[in-house]
Amino acid sequence: MGSQGRTRRGAVVTDPERRETLARTPSPVAWLLVAIAASFLGLFLVLPLVAVFAQALAKGLGPALAAIADDETLSAIRLTLMTVAIAVPLNVGFGLAASWAIAKFEFCGKSFLVSLIDLPFSVSPVVAGLVFVLLFGARGLLGPALADQGLQVVFAVPGIVLATTFVTFPLVARELIPLMQAQGNEEEEAAITLGASGWQTFRRVTLPKIRWGLLYGVILCAARAMGEFGAVSVVSGHVRGETNTMPLHVEILYDGYDFVGAFAVASLLALTALATLGAKSWIEARGPRRSVA
Amino acid sequence: MGVDPNAAFARHWKKTHGQKVTIRQSHGGSGKQARAVIDGLEADVVTLALAYDIDALAEHGQLVPRDWQSKLPDRSSPYTSTIVFLVRKGNPKAIRDWGDLMKTGVLVVTPNPKTSGGARWNYLAAWAWALRKPGGSEASAEQFVRKLYANVPVLDSGARGSSTTFAQNGIGDVLLAWENEARLLVEQVGRDRLEIVIPSLSILAEPPVAVVTRNVERHGTGEVARAYLEYLYSEEAQRLVAKHFYRPRLESVARGLGRRFPPVQLVTVDEVFGGWQRAQRAHFADGGTFDRIYRPGGE
Repeated sequence: MGSQGRTRRGAVVTDPERRETLARTPSPVAWLLVAIAASFLGLFLVLPLVAVFAQALAKGLGPALAAIADDETLSAIRLTLMTVAIAVPLNVGFGLAASWAIAKFEFCGKSFLVSLIDLPFSVSPVVAGLVFVLLFGARGLLGPALADQGLQVVFAVPGIVLATTFVTFPLVARELIPLMQAQGNEEEEAAITLGASGWQTFRRVTLPKIRWGLLYGVILCAARAMGEFGAVSVVSGHVRGETNTMPLHVEILYDGYDFVGAFAVASLLALTALATLGAKSWIEARGPRRSVA
Repeated sequence: MGVDPNAAFARHWKKTHGQKVTIRQSHGGSGKQARAVIDGLEADVVTLALAYDIDALAEHGQLVPRDWQSKLPDRSSPYTSTIVFLVRKGNPKAIRDWGDLMKTGVLVVTPNPKTSGGARWNYLAAWAWALRKPGGSEASAEQFVRKLYANVPVLDSGARGSSTTFAQNGIGDVLLAWENEARLLVEQVGRDRLEIVIPSLSILAEPPVAVVTRNVERHGTGEVARAYLEYLYSEEAQRLVAKHFYRPRLESVARGLGRRFPPVQLVTVDEVFGGWQRAQRAHFADGGTFDRIYRPGGE
Protein backbone atom coordinates (compact mmCIF):
# COMPACT_ATOMS: atom_id res chain seq x y z
CA MET A 1 0.00 0.00 0.00
CA GLY A 2 2.37 2.75 -1.05
CA SER A 3 1.84 6.05 -2.73
CA GLN A 4 3.68 5.01 -5.88
CA GLY A 5 1.53 4.60 -8.94
CA ARG A 6 -1.66 5.38 -7.07
CA THR A 7 -1.64 9.14 -7.33
CA ARG A 8 -4.02 10.18 -10.02
CA ARG A 9 -2.16 13.44 -10.49
CA GLY A 10 0.95 11.63 -11.76
CA ALA A 11 -1.08 9.79 -14.34
CA VAL A 12 -2.64 13.01 -15.57
CA VAL A 13 0.72 14.67 -16.04
CA THR A 14 2.13 11.83 -18.17
CA ASP A 15 -1.06 11.33 -20.15
CA PRO A 16 -0.57 13.98 -22.89
CA GLU A 17 2.92 12.67 -23.65
CA ARG A 18 1.63 9.16 -24.13
CA ARG A 19 -1.14 10.35 -26.37
CA GLU A 20 1.46 12.14 -28.49
CA THR A 21 3.54 8.98 -28.94
CA LEU A 22 0.47 7.07 -30.03
CA ALA A 23 -0.49 9.78 -32.48
CA ARG A 24 2.92 9.72 -34.10
CA THR A 25 2.83 5.97 -34.80
CA PRO A 26 -0.64 4.94 -36.00
CA SER A 27 0.25 1.28 -36.48
CA PRO A 28 -2.42 -1.30 -37.36
CA VAL A 29 -2.10 -2.69 -33.84
CA ALA A 30 -2.99 0.68 -32.39
CA TRP A 31 -6.04 0.91 -34.63
CA LEU A 32 -7.07 -2.59 -33.68
CA LEU A 33 -6.77 -1.79 -29.98
CA VAL A 34 -8.76 1.39 -30.40
CA ALA A 35 -11.45 -0.49 -32.32
CA ILE A 36 -11.69 -3.18 -29.63
CA ALA A 37 -11.87 -0.62 -26.85
CA ALA A 38 -14.44 1.47 -28.70
CA SER A 39 -16.72 -1.44 -29.50
CA PHE A 40 -16.42 -2.73 -25.94
CA LEU A 41 -17.37 0.70 -24.59
CA GLY A 42 -20.19 0.97 -27.08
CA LEU A 43 -21.60 -2.42 -26.15
CA PHE A 44 -21.21 -2.23 -22.39
CA LEU A 45 -21.64 1.49 -21.66
CA VAL A 46 -23.21 3.51 -24.44
CA LEU A 47 -25.81 0.98 -25.56
CA PRO A 48 -27.22 0.28 -22.06
CA LEU A 49 -27.27 4.01 -21.34
CA VAL A 50 -29.16 4.70 -24.55
CA ALA A 51 -31.53 1.83 -23.72
CA VAL A 52 -32.32 3.36 -20.32
CA PHE A 53 -33.27 6.70 -21.85
CA ALA A 54 -35.10 5.07 -24.77
CA GLN A 55 -37.25 2.98 -22.42
CA ALA A 56 -37.98 6.01 -20.26
CA LEU A 57 -39.13 7.98 -23.28
CA ALA A 58 -40.85 5.03 -24.98
CA LYS A 59 -44.26 6.65 -24.49
CA GLY A 60 -43.02 10.20 -24.86
CA LEU A 61 -41.73 12.82 -22.47
CA GLY A 62 -45.10 13.38 -20.75
CA PRO A 63 -45.50 9.95 -19.10
CA ALA A 64 -41.82 9.94 -18.08
CA LEU A 65 -42.18 13.31 -16.35
CA ALA A 66 -45.47 12.24 -14.79
CA ALA A 67 -43.73 9.17 -13.36
CA ILE A 68 -41.08 11.39 -11.78
CA ALA A 69 -43.68 13.80 -10.40
CA ASP A 70 -45.44 10.89 -8.65
CA ASP A 71 -45.62 11.31 -4.85
CA GLU A 72 -43.76 8.10 -4.07
CA THR A 73 -41.03 8.90 -6.58
CA LEU A 74 -40.59 12.42 -5.20
CA SER A 75 -40.34 10.99 -1.71
CA ALA A 76 -37.68 8.54 -2.93
CA ILE A 77 -35.74 11.41 -4.50
CA ARG A 78 -36.00 13.45 -1.27
CA LEU A 79 -34.82 10.52 0.85
CA THR A 80 -31.90 9.84 -1.48
CA LEU A 81 -30.80 13.48 -1.42
CA MET A 82 -31.12 13.61 2.35
CA THR A 83 -29.06 10.45 2.73
CA VAL A 84 -26.37 11.94 0.52
CA ALA A 85 -26.49 15.20 2.50
CA ILE A 86 -25.77 13.32 5.73
CA ALA A 87 -23.44 10.56 4.51
CA VAL A 88 -21.10 12.78 2.50
CA PRO A 89 -20.21 15.29 5.28
CA LEU A 90 -19.71 12.40 7.70
CA ASN A 91 -17.32 10.76 5.30
CA VAL A 92 -15.53 14.04 4.58
CA GLY A 93 -14.92 14.52 8.30
CA PHE A 94 -13.80 10.96 8.70
CA GLY A 95 -11.72 10.93 5.52
CA LEU A 96 -9.88 14.12 6.46
CA ALA A 97 -9.14 12.90 9.98
CA ALA A 98 -8.00 9.47 8.82
CA SER A 99 -5.83 10.65 5.95
CA TRP A 100 -4.30 13.40 8.10
CA ALA A 101 -3.40 10.86 10.77
CA ILE A 102 -2.06 8.34 8.28
CA ALA A 103 -0.11 10.73 6.07
CA LYS A 104 1.39 13.02 8.71
CA PHE A 105 2.10 10.73 11.65
CA GLU A 106 3.85 7.48 12.38
CA PHE A 107 2.08 5.23 14.85
CA CYS A 108 1.72 1.60 15.68
CA GLY A 109 -1.08 -0.19 13.83
CA LYS A 110 -1.05 2.27 10.93
CA SER A 111 -1.08 -0.32 8.17
CA PHE A 112 -3.87 -2.13 10.00
CA LEU A 113 -5.89 1.09 10.04
CA VAL A 114 -5.28 1.54 6.31
CA SER A 115 -6.61 -1.92 5.52
CA LEU A 116 -9.51 -1.37 7.90
CA ILE A 117 -10.54 1.68 5.89
CA ASP A 118 -10.75 -0.54 2.82
CA LEU A 119 -13.01 -3.03 4.58
CA PRO A 120 -16.33 -1.64 3.26
CA PHE A 121 -15.01 -2.17 -0.28
CA SER A 122 -14.18 -5.81 0.31
CA VAL A 123 -17.34 -6.71 2.26
CA SER A 124 -20.39 -7.54 0.17
CA PRO A 125 -23.07 -4.83 0.56
CA VAL A 126 -25.60 -7.46 1.56
CA VAL A 127 -23.42 -8.47 4.48
CA ALA A 128 -22.96 -4.81 5.37
CA GLY A 129 -26.74 -4.42 5.49
CA LEU A 130 -27.28 -7.59 7.51
CA VAL A 131 -24.72 -6.43 10.06
CA PHE A 132 -26.93 -3.43 10.81
CA VAL A 133 -30.03 -5.63 11.07
CA LEU A 134 -28.17 -7.89 13.51
CA LEU A 135 -27.05 -4.88 15.55
CA PHE A 136 -30.15 -2.69 15.45
CA GLY A 137 -32.97 -5.12 14.56
CA ALA A 138 -35.84 -5.84 16.95
CA ARG A 139 -34.03 -8.99 18.01
CA GLY A 140 -30.55 -7.53 17.58
CA LEU A 141 -27.85 -6.54 20.04
CA LEU A 142 -28.75 -2.86 20.49
CA GLY A 143 -32.18 -2.76 18.82
CA PRO A 144 -34.43 -3.51 21.83
CA ALA A 145 -32.72 -0.90 24.05
CA LEU A 146 -33.00 1.77 21.34
CA ALA A 147 -36.62 0.82 20.63
CA ASP A 148 -37.42 1.44 24.30
CA GLN A 149 -36.10 4.98 23.78
CA GLY A 150 -38.44 5.27 20.79
CA LEU A 151 -35.60 5.16 18.29
CA GLN A 152 -36.14 3.01 15.23
CA VAL A 153 -32.89 2.40 13.31
CA VAL A 154 -33.33 -0.40 10.78
CA PHE A 155 -36.30 -0.21 8.38
CA ALA A 156 -36.20 3.55 8.97
CA VAL A 157 -34.16 6.51 7.77
CA PRO A 158 -31.29 6.20 10.31
CA GLY A 159 -30.55 2.67 9.09
CA ILE A 160 -30.45 3.80 5.48
CA VAL A 161 -28.05 6.61 6.35
CA LEU A 162 -25.86 4.26 8.40
CA ALA A 163 -25.68 1.64 5.65
CA THR A 164 -24.90 4.27 3.01
CA THR A 165 -22.23 5.88 5.17
CA PHE A 166 -20.68 2.46 5.74
CA VAL A 167 -20.38 1.49 2.08
CA THR A 168 -19.09 4.93 1.01
CA PHE A 169 -16.71 5.12 3.97
CA PRO A 170 -13.38 4.62 2.11
CA LEU A 171 -14.03 6.91 -0.85
CA VAL A 172 -12.82 10.25 0.56
CA ALA A 173 -10.02 8.75 2.65
CA ARG A 174 -8.75 6.64 -0.28
CA GLU A 175 -8.57 9.79 -2.39
CA LEU A 176 -6.71 11.86 0.21
CA ILE A 177 -4.21 9.44 1.75
CA PRO A 178 -1.96 8.99 -1.33
CA LEU A 179 -2.26 12.69 -2.15
CA MET A 180 -1.21 13.80 1.32
CA GLN A 181 1.59 11.24 1.44
CA ALA A 182 2.94 12.45 -1.89
CA GLN A 183 2.82 16.07 -0.84
CA GLY A 184 4.89 15.52 2.26
CA ASN A 185 5.04 17.61 5.44
CA GLU A 186 7.51 20.40 4.65
CA GLU A 187 5.02 23.22 4.22
CA GLU A 188 3.07 22.26 7.33
CA GLU A 189 6.31 22.07 9.32
CA ALA A 190 7.31 25.51 8.04
CA ALA A 191 3.93 26.94 9.03
CA ILE A 192 4.15 25.53 12.52
CA THR A 193 7.73 26.79 12.89
CA LEU A 194 6.44 30.25 11.96
CA GLY A 195 3.96 30.02 14.84
CA ALA A 196 0.72 28.88 13.17
CA SER A 197 -1.68 26.81 15.27
CA GLY A 198 -2.77 23.33 14.18
CA TRP A 199 -6.11 24.61 12.89
CA GLN A 200 -4.48 27.52 11.02
CA THR A 201 -2.00 25.13 9.43
CA PHE A 202 -4.79 22.86 8.31
CA ARG A 203 -6.99 25.63 6.97
CA ARG A 204 -4.34 27.83 5.33
CA VAL A 205 -1.76 25.26 4.19
CA THR A 206 -3.13 21.72 3.97
CA LEU A 207 -6.68 22.36 2.77
CA PRO A 208 -5.68 24.45 -0.26
CA LYS A 209 -3.20 21.73 -1.25
CA ILE A 210 -5.74 18.92 -1.12
CA ARG A 211 -8.95 20.68 -2.12
CA TRP A 212 -9.14 19.19 -5.62
CA GLY A 213 -8.54 15.70 -4.33
CA LEU A 214 -11.11 16.33 -1.63
CA LEU A 215 -13.67 17.60 -4.12
CA TYR A 216 -13.03 14.57 -6.29
CA GLY A 217 -13.59 12.27 -3.31
CA VAL A 218 -16.79 14.11 -2.39
CA ILE A 219 -18.17 13.69 -5.89
CA LEU A 220 -17.36 9.98 -5.99
CA CYS A 221 -18.84 9.57 -2.51
CA ALA A 222 -22.05 11.39 -3.43
CA ALA A 223 -22.46 9.37 -6.63
CA ARG A 224 -22.00 6.08 -4.82
CA ALA A 225 -24.30 7.14 -1.97
CA MET A 226 -27.06 7.93 -4.46
CA GLY A 227 -26.71 4.67 -6.31
CA GLU A 228 -26.20 2.26 -3.43
CA PHE A 229 -28.63 -0.63 -3.71
CA GLY A 230 -27.53 -3.77 -1.85
CA ALA A 231 -26.90 -2.63 1.70
CA VAL A 232 -29.76 -0.14 1.63
CA SER A 233 -32.14 -2.79 0.28
CA VAL A 234 -31.47 -4.98 3.32
CA VAL A 235 -32.11 -2.25 5.91
CA SER A 236 -34.80 -0.27 4.10
CA GLY A 237 -37.98 -2.25 4.74
CA HIS A 238 -39.20 -0.90 1.37
CA VAL A 239 -42.02 1.21 2.81
CA ARG A 240 -43.21 3.25 -0.16
CA GLY A 241 -43.15 6.97 0.40
CA GLU A 242 -41.03 6.54 3.52
CA THR A 243 -37.97 4.32 3.32
CA ASN A 244 -37.55 3.87 -0.42
CA THR A 245 -34.48 5.37 -2.03
CA MET A 246 -34.26 5.98 -5.78
CA PRO A 247 -32.50 2.70 -6.70
CA LEU A 248 -35.00 0.72 -4.60
CA HIS A 249 -37.87 2.61 -6.20
CA VAL A 250 -36.60 1.64 -9.65
CA GLU A 251 -36.84 -2.01 -8.68
CA ILE A 252 -40.34 -1.60 -7.25
CA LEU A 253 -41.61 0.16 -10.37
CA TYR A 254 -40.01 -2.48 -12.59
CA ASP A 255 -41.56 -5.32 -10.57
CA GLY A 256 -44.93 -3.60 -10.90
CA TYR A 257 -44.62 -3.68 -14.71
CA ASP A 258 -44.29 0.12 -14.74
CA PHE A 259 -41.41 0.16 -17.21
CA VAL A 260 -41.70 3.82 -18.16
CA GLY A 261 -41.63 4.82 -14.49
CA ALA A 262 -38.75 2.51 -13.65
CA PHE A 263 -36.61 3.78 -16.50
CA ALA A 264 -37.57 7.39 -15.91
CA VAL A 265 -36.18 7.17 -12.38
CA ALA A 266 -33.23 5.15 -13.69
CA SER A 267 -32.60 7.98 -16.18
CA LEU A 268 -32.37 10.44 -13.30
CA LEU A 269 -29.75 8.22 -11.69
CA ALA A 270 -27.94 7.90 -15.00
CA LEU A 271 -27.98 11.69 -15.41
CA THR A 272 -26.37 12.15 -12.01
CA ALA A 273 -23.74 9.61 -13.06
CA LEU A 274 -23.08 11.59 -16.23
CA ALA A 275 -22.89 14.79 -14.19
CA THR A 276 -20.37 13.07 -11.94
CA LEU A 277 -18.28 12.13 -14.96
CA GLY A 278 -18.45 15.71 -16.21
CA ALA A 279 -17.44 17.11 -12.84
CA LYS A 280 -14.63 14.57 -12.62
CA SER A 281 -13.08 15.50 -15.94
CA TRP A 282 -13.51 19.18 -15.14
CA ILE A 283 -11.58 18.68 -11.93
CA GLU A 284 -8.90 16.60 -13.61
CA ALA A 285 -8.45 19.18 -16.33
CA ARG A 286 -8.43 22.15 -14.02
CA GLY A 287 -7.31 20.90 -10.64
CA PRO A 288 -3.58 20.16 -11.02
CA ARG A 289 -2.85 23.44 -12.83
CA ARG A 290 -4.49 25.39 -10.05
CA SER A 291 -2.81 23.52 -7.23
CA VAL A 292 0.59 23.57 -8.94
CA ALA A 293 0.40 27.30 -9.64
CA MET B 1 -57.90 5.04 -10.04
CA GLY B 2 -61.05 3.50 -8.56
CA VAL B 3 -59.54 0.01 -8.37
CA ASP B 4 -57.33 0.51 -5.33
CA PRO B 5 -58.73 -1.07 -2.14
CA ASN B 6 -56.44 1.12 -0.03
CA ALA B 7 -57.84 4.36 -1.43
CA ALA B 8 -61.35 2.92 -1.06
CA PHE B 9 -60.70 2.08 2.60
CA ALA B 10 -59.30 5.57 3.24
CA ARG B 11 -62.56 7.04 1.85
CA HIS B 12 -64.62 4.59 3.92
CA TRP B 13 -62.73 5.47 7.13
CA LYS B 14 -63.00 9.18 6.47
CA LYS B 15 -66.75 8.80 6.05
CA THR B 16 -67.34 6.65 9.13
CA HIS B 17 -64.71 8.07 11.53
CA GLY B 18 -63.90 11.50 10.07
CA GLN B 19 -60.17 10.72 10.20
CA LYS B 20 -57.71 10.80 7.35
CA VAL B 21 -55.78 7.54 7.18
CA THR B 22 -52.60 7.12 5.18
CA ILE B 23 -51.67 3.60 4.15
CA ARG B 24 -47.97 3.00 3.70
CA GLN B 25 -47.06 -0.16 1.82
CA SER B 26 -44.05 -2.40 1.63
CA HIS B 27 -44.15 -5.24 -0.88
CA GLY B 28 -41.91 -8.25 -1.23
CA GLY B 29 -41.73 -12.03 -1.12
CA SER B 30 -43.80 -13.47 1.73
CA GLY B 31 -40.94 -15.09 3.64
CA LYS B 32 -38.74 -12.03 3.30
CA GLN B 33 -41.47 -9.68 4.52
CA ALA B 34 -42.20 -11.89 7.54
CA ARG B 35 -38.48 -11.85 8.34
CA ALA B 36 -38.42 -8.03 8.11
CA VAL B 37 -41.38 -7.69 10.51
CA ILE B 38 -39.68 -10.07 12.95
CA ASP B 39 -36.51 -7.97 12.68
CA GLY B 40 -38.42 -4.80 13.51
CA LEU B 41 -40.25 -3.48 10.45
CA GLU B 42 -43.11 -1.59 12.16
CA ALA B 43 -45.99 -3.04 10.13
CA ASP B 44 -49.49 -2.70 11.58
CA VAL B 45 -51.00 -5.32 9.28
CA VAL B 46 -49.46 -8.05 7.15
CA THR B 47 -50.99 -9.68 4.08
CA LEU B 48 -48.76 -12.60 3.15
CA ALA B 49 -48.77 -15.57 0.78
CA LEU B 50 -49.25 -18.34 3.30
CA ALA B 51 -50.26 -18.95 6.89
CA TYR B 52 -46.87 -20.44 7.68
CA ASP B 53 -45.25 -17.02 7.39
CA ILE B 54 -47.69 -15.46 9.85
CA ASP B 55 -47.16 -18.42 12.19
CA ALA B 56 -43.51 -17.37 12.12
CA LEU B 57 -44.52 -13.96 13.52
CA ALA B 58 -46.22 -15.73 16.44
CA GLU B 59 -43.32 -18.07 16.99
CA HIS B 60 -40.44 -15.57 16.82
CA GLY B 61 -41.10 -12.52 18.89
CA GLN B 62 -44.81 -13.05 19.75
CA LEU B 63 -45.85 -10.35 17.30
CA VAL B 64 -49.27 -11.91 16.71
CA PRO B 65 -51.27 -14.23 19.00
CA ARG B 66 -50.94 -17.95 18.26
CA ASP B 67 -54.64 -18.17 17.35
CA TRP B 68 -54.37 -15.28 14.83
CA GLN B 69 -56.06 -17.31 12.13
CA SER B 70 -59.36 -17.47 14.05
CA LYS B 71 -59.56 -13.67 14.52
CA LEU B 72 -61.12 -13.07 11.09
CA PRO B 73 -63.58 -15.05 8.95
CA ASP B 74 -62.53 -17.73 6.44
CA ARG B 75 -59.31 -18.59 8.27
CA SER B 76 -58.23 -14.96 7.93
CA SER B 77 -58.01 -15.01 4.16
CA PRO B 78 -60.48 -12.56 2.63
CA TYR B 79 -59.81 -13.71 -0.93
CA THR B 80 -58.41 -16.81 -2.55
CA SER B 81 -56.59 -17.82 -5.67
CA THR B 82 -55.38 -21.02 -7.23
CA ILE B 83 -52.48 -22.31 -9.26
CA VAL B 84 -52.88 -22.27 -13.05
CA PHE B 85 -50.62 -22.71 -16.07
CA LEU B 86 -49.56 -19.89 -18.34
CA VAL B 87 -48.43 -21.04 -21.81
CA ARG B 88 -47.36 -19.39 -25.05
CA LYS B 89 -50.14 -18.42 -27.46
CA GLY B 90 -51.64 -21.42 -29.23
CA ASN B 91 -50.27 -23.77 -26.56
CA PRO B 92 -47.58 -25.21 -28.90
CA LYS B 93 -46.52 -27.92 -26.44
CA ALA B 94 -50.17 -29.02 -25.91
CA ILE B 95 -50.12 -28.63 -22.15
CA ARG B 96 -53.56 -29.47 -20.72
CA ASP B 97 -52.92 -30.88 -17.26
CA TRP B 98 -50.26 -31.55 -14.64
CA GLY B 99 -49.24 -34.81 -16.33
CA ASP B 100 -48.05 -32.91 -19.40
CA LEU B 101 -45.48 -31.02 -17.34
CA MET B 102 -43.25 -34.06 -16.89
CA LYS B 103 -42.98 -34.83 -20.59
CA THR B 104 -39.47 -34.56 -21.96
CA GLY B 105 -38.80 -31.32 -23.79
CA VAL B 106 -41.27 -29.25 -21.76
CA LEU B 107 -39.54 -26.44 -19.87
CA VAL B 108 -41.40 -25.46 -16.69
CA VAL B 109 -40.81 -22.12 -14.94
CA THR B 110 -41.57 -21.95 -11.21
CA PRO B 111 -39.72 -20.22 -8.37
CA ASN B 112 -37.72 -21.90 -5.64
CA PRO B 113 -40.02 -23.32 -2.91
CA LYS B 114 -37.23 -22.90 -0.38
CA THR B 115 -37.47 -19.10 -0.68
CA SER B 116 -40.84 -18.35 -2.28
CA GLY B 117 -44.26 -18.79 -0.71
CA GLY B 118 -45.94 -18.84 -4.11
CA ALA B 119 -43.62 -21.62 -5.23
CA ARG B 120 -44.73 -23.79 -2.32
CA TRP B 121 -48.33 -23.56 -3.50
CA ASN B 122 -47.17 -24.67 -6.98
CA TYR B 123 -45.30 -27.62 -5.56
CA LEU B 124 -48.14 -28.71 -3.28
CA ALA B 125 -50.68 -28.39 -6.10
CA ALA B 126 -48.58 -30.71 -8.27
CA TRP B 127 -48.19 -33.15 -5.41
CA ALA B 128 -51.93 -33.11 -4.64
CA TRP B 129 -52.81 -33.83 -8.27
CA ALA B 130 -50.47 -36.84 -8.45
CA LEU B 131 -51.72 -38.08 -5.08
CA ARG B 132 -55.40 -37.74 -5.97
CA LYS B 133 -55.31 -39.28 -9.41
CA PRO B 134 -56.42 -42.91 -9.68
CA GLY B 135 -53.73 -45.21 -8.31
CA GLY B 136 -51.83 -42.29 -6.80
CA SER B 137 -49.72 -42.74 -3.70
CA GLU B 138 -47.08 -40.81 -1.75
CA ALA B 139 -44.41 -42.63 -3.77
CA SER B 140 -46.00 -41.90 -7.14
CA ALA B 141 -46.50 -38.25 -6.13
CA GLU B 142 -42.82 -37.96 -5.23
CA GLN B 143 -41.88 -39.56 -8.52
CA PHE B 144 -44.08 -37.10 -10.43
CA VAL B 145 -42.78 -34.02 -8.65
CA ARG B 146 -39.19 -35.22 -9.18
CA LYS B 147 -39.81 -35.47 -12.94
CA LEU B 148 -41.55 -32.08 -12.98
CA TYR B 149 -38.65 -30.30 -11.29
CA ALA B 150 -36.19 -32.03 -13.63
CA ASN B 151 -37.91 -29.93 -16.33
CA VAL B 152 -37.30 -26.65 -14.48
CA PRO B 153 -34.34 -24.87 -16.11
CA VAL B 154 -34.01 -22.14 -13.49
CA LEU B 155 -35.51 -21.57 -10.04
CA ASP B 156 -36.01 -17.86 -9.39
CA SER B 157 -36.13 -16.78 -5.77
CA GLY B 158 -39.61 -15.24 -6.01
CA ALA B 159 -42.83 -15.46 -7.99
CA ARG B 160 -42.37 -12.09 -9.66
CA GLY B 161 -38.88 -13.13 -10.79
CA SER B 162 -40.32 -16.24 -12.45
CA SER B 163 -42.99 -14.17 -14.20
CA THR B 164 -40.27 -11.93 -15.64
CA THR B 165 -38.19 -14.95 -16.68
CA PHE B 166 -41.16 -16.41 -18.52
CA ALA B 167 -42.90 -13.37 -19.99
CA GLN B 168 -40.12 -10.81 -20.42
CA ASN B 169 -37.11 -13.04 -21.08
CA GLY B 170 -39.10 -15.63 -23.02
CA ILE B 171 -37.70 -18.65 -21.18
CA GLY B 172 -39.77 -21.84 -20.78
CA ASP B 173 -42.97 -23.36 -22.20
CA VAL B 174 -45.17 -23.07 -19.14
CA LEU B 175 -45.22 -20.87 -16.05
CA LEU B 176 -46.82 -22.16 -12.86
CA ALA B 177 -48.43 -19.12 -11.28
CA TRP B 178 -51.18 -17.86 -9.08
CA GLU B 179 -54.28 -17.26 -11.14
CA ASN B 180 -54.26 -13.52 -10.34
CA GLU B 181 -50.59 -13.18 -11.31
CA ALA B 182 -51.22 -15.14 -14.54
CA ARG B 183 -54.23 -12.98 -15.46
CA LEU B 184 -52.29 -9.80 -14.70
CA LEU B 185 -49.43 -11.01 -16.87
CA VAL B 186 -51.76 -11.76 -19.78
CA GLU B 187 -53.16 -8.21 -19.47
CA GLN B 188 -49.67 -6.71 -19.33
CA VAL B 189 -47.97 -8.76 -22.03
CA GLY B 190 -50.95 -9.27 -24.30
CA ARG B 191 -53.59 -11.86 -25.19
CA ASP B 192 -51.83 -12.39 -28.50
CA ARG B 193 -48.76 -13.82 -26.77
CA LEU B 194 -49.91 -15.80 -23.73
CA GLU B 195 -52.86 -17.93 -22.69
CA ILE B 196 -54.02 -19.55 -19.49
CA VAL B 197 -54.60 -23.29 -19.03
CA ILE B 198 -56.65 -24.46 -16.05
CA PRO B 199 -55.59 -27.91 -14.80
CA SER B 200 -58.12 -30.61 -13.83
CA LEU B 201 -57.30 -30.18 -10.15
CA SER B 202 -55.55 -27.44 -8.28
CA ILE B 203 -55.00 -26.14 -4.79
CA LEU B 204 -57.02 -23.51 -2.97
CA ALA B 205 -54.48 -20.78 -2.25
CA GLU B 206 -55.57 -18.82 0.80
CA PRO B 207 -53.33 -15.79 1.30
CA PRO B 208 -53.87 -14.76 4.92
CA VAL B 209 -53.97 -11.35 6.62
CA ALA B 210 -53.36 -10.40 10.25
CA VAL B 211 -53.04 -7.42 12.56
CA VAL B 212 -49.53 -7.31 14.06
CA THR B 213 -50.76 -7.02 17.62
CA ARG B 214 -47.46 -6.03 19.20
CA ASN B 215 -46.92 -3.16 16.75
CA VAL B 216 -50.45 -1.72 16.86
CA GLU B 217 -50.32 -1.70 20.66
CA ARG B 218 -47.22 0.48 20.48
CA HIS B 219 -48.62 2.71 17.73
CA GLY B 220 -52.16 2.91 19.11
CA THR B 221 -53.48 1.91 15.68
CA GLY B 222 -55.34 -1.25 16.68
CA GLU B 223 -58.81 -0.02 15.81
CA VAL B 224 -58.02 1.24 12.31
CA ALA B 225 -55.81 -1.79 11.56
CA ARG B 226 -58.60 -4.19 12.45
CA ALA B 227 -61.12 -2.11 10.51
CA TYR B 228 -58.83 -2.20 7.47
CA LEU B 229 -58.72 -5.99 7.43
CA GLU B 230 -62.45 -6.31 8.13
CA TYR B 231 -63.10 -3.91 5.27
CA LEU B 232 -61.44 -6.41 2.89
CA TYR B 233 -64.47 -8.69 3.47
CA SER B 234 -66.99 -5.98 2.54
CA GLU B 235 -68.88 -6.09 -0.72
CA GLU B 236 -67.09 -3.00 -2.06
CA ALA B 237 -63.63 -4.41 -1.34
CA GLN B 238 -64.54 -7.87 -2.60
CA ARG B 239 -65.48 -6.34 -5.95
CA LEU B 240 -62.11 -4.60 -6.05
CA VAL B 241 -60.10 -7.72 -5.23
CA ALA B 242 -62.00 -9.52 -7.99
CA LYS B 243 -60.91 -6.77 -10.36
CA HIS B 244 -57.35 -7.68 -9.41
CA PHE B 245 -58.17 -11.30 -10.34
CA TYR B 246 -58.35 -12.70 -6.82
CA ARG B 247 -61.37 -14.92 -6.19
CA PRO B 248 -63.73 -13.16 -3.78
CA ARG B 249 -65.07 -14.97 -0.70
CA LEU B 250 -68.41 -13.19 -0.72
CA GLU B 251 -71.01 -15.37 -2.48
CA SER B 252 -72.99 -12.40 -3.77
CA VAL B 253 -69.92 -10.98 -5.51
CA ALA B 254 -68.58 -14.33 -6.73
CA ARG B 255 -71.92 -15.32 -8.27
CA GLY B 256 -72.00 -12.29 -10.53
CA LEU B 257 -68.49 -13.03 -11.78
CA GLY B 258 -68.90 -16.67 -12.75
CA ARG B 259 -67.40 -16.24 -16.18
CA ARG B 260 -64.40 -14.37 -14.84
CA PHE B 261 -63.39 -17.28 -12.60
CA PRO B 262 -63.91 -20.68 -14.26
CA PRO B 263 -64.74 -23.46 -11.79
CA VAL B 264 -61.80 -25.66 -10.78
CA GLN B 265 -61.75 -28.73 -8.60
CA LEU B 266 -59.84 -27.46 -5.57
CA VAL B 267 -58.21 -29.17 -2.63
CA THR B 268 -56.85 -27.43 0.47
CA VAL B 269 -53.51 -27.69 2.23
CA ASP B 270 -55.32 -28.77 5.39
CA GLU B 271 -57.11 -31.74 3.83
CA VAL B 272 -54.22 -33.07 1.74
CA PHE B 273 -51.19 -32.14 3.83
CA GLY B 274 -52.60 -31.65 7.35
CA GLY B 275 -51.83 -27.92 7.48
CA TRP B 276 -48.88 -25.69 6.66
CA GLN B 277 -46.71 -26.64 9.61
CA ARG B 278 -46.71 -30.30 8.58
CA ALA B 279 -46.38 -29.54 4.87
CA GLN B 280 -43.41 -27.29 5.62
CA ARG B 281 -41.68 -29.92 7.77
CA ALA B 282 -42.25 -32.79 5.34
CA HIS B 283 -41.49 -31.00 2.08
CA PHE B 284 -39.55 -27.75 2.39
CA ALA B 285 -37.48 -27.92 5.58
CA ASP B 286 -33.80 -28.81 5.18
CA GLY B 287 -33.59 -32.51 4.36
CA GLY B 288 -37.29 -32.56 3.34
CA THR B 289 -38.72 -34.05 0.16
CA PHE B 290 -37.81 -31.07 -2.00
CA ASP B 291 -34.13 -31.35 -1.06
CA ARG B 292 -34.30 -35.03 -1.94
CA ILE B 293 -35.91 -34.67 -5.34
CA TYR B 294 -34.31 -31.51 -6.70
CA ARG B 295 -30.91 -31.52 -8.32
CA PRO B 296 -29.83 -28.07 -9.58
CA GLY B 297 -29.62 -28.02 -13.34
CA GLY B 298 -31.92 -31.01 -13.77
CA GLU B 299 -30.86 -34.58 -14.46
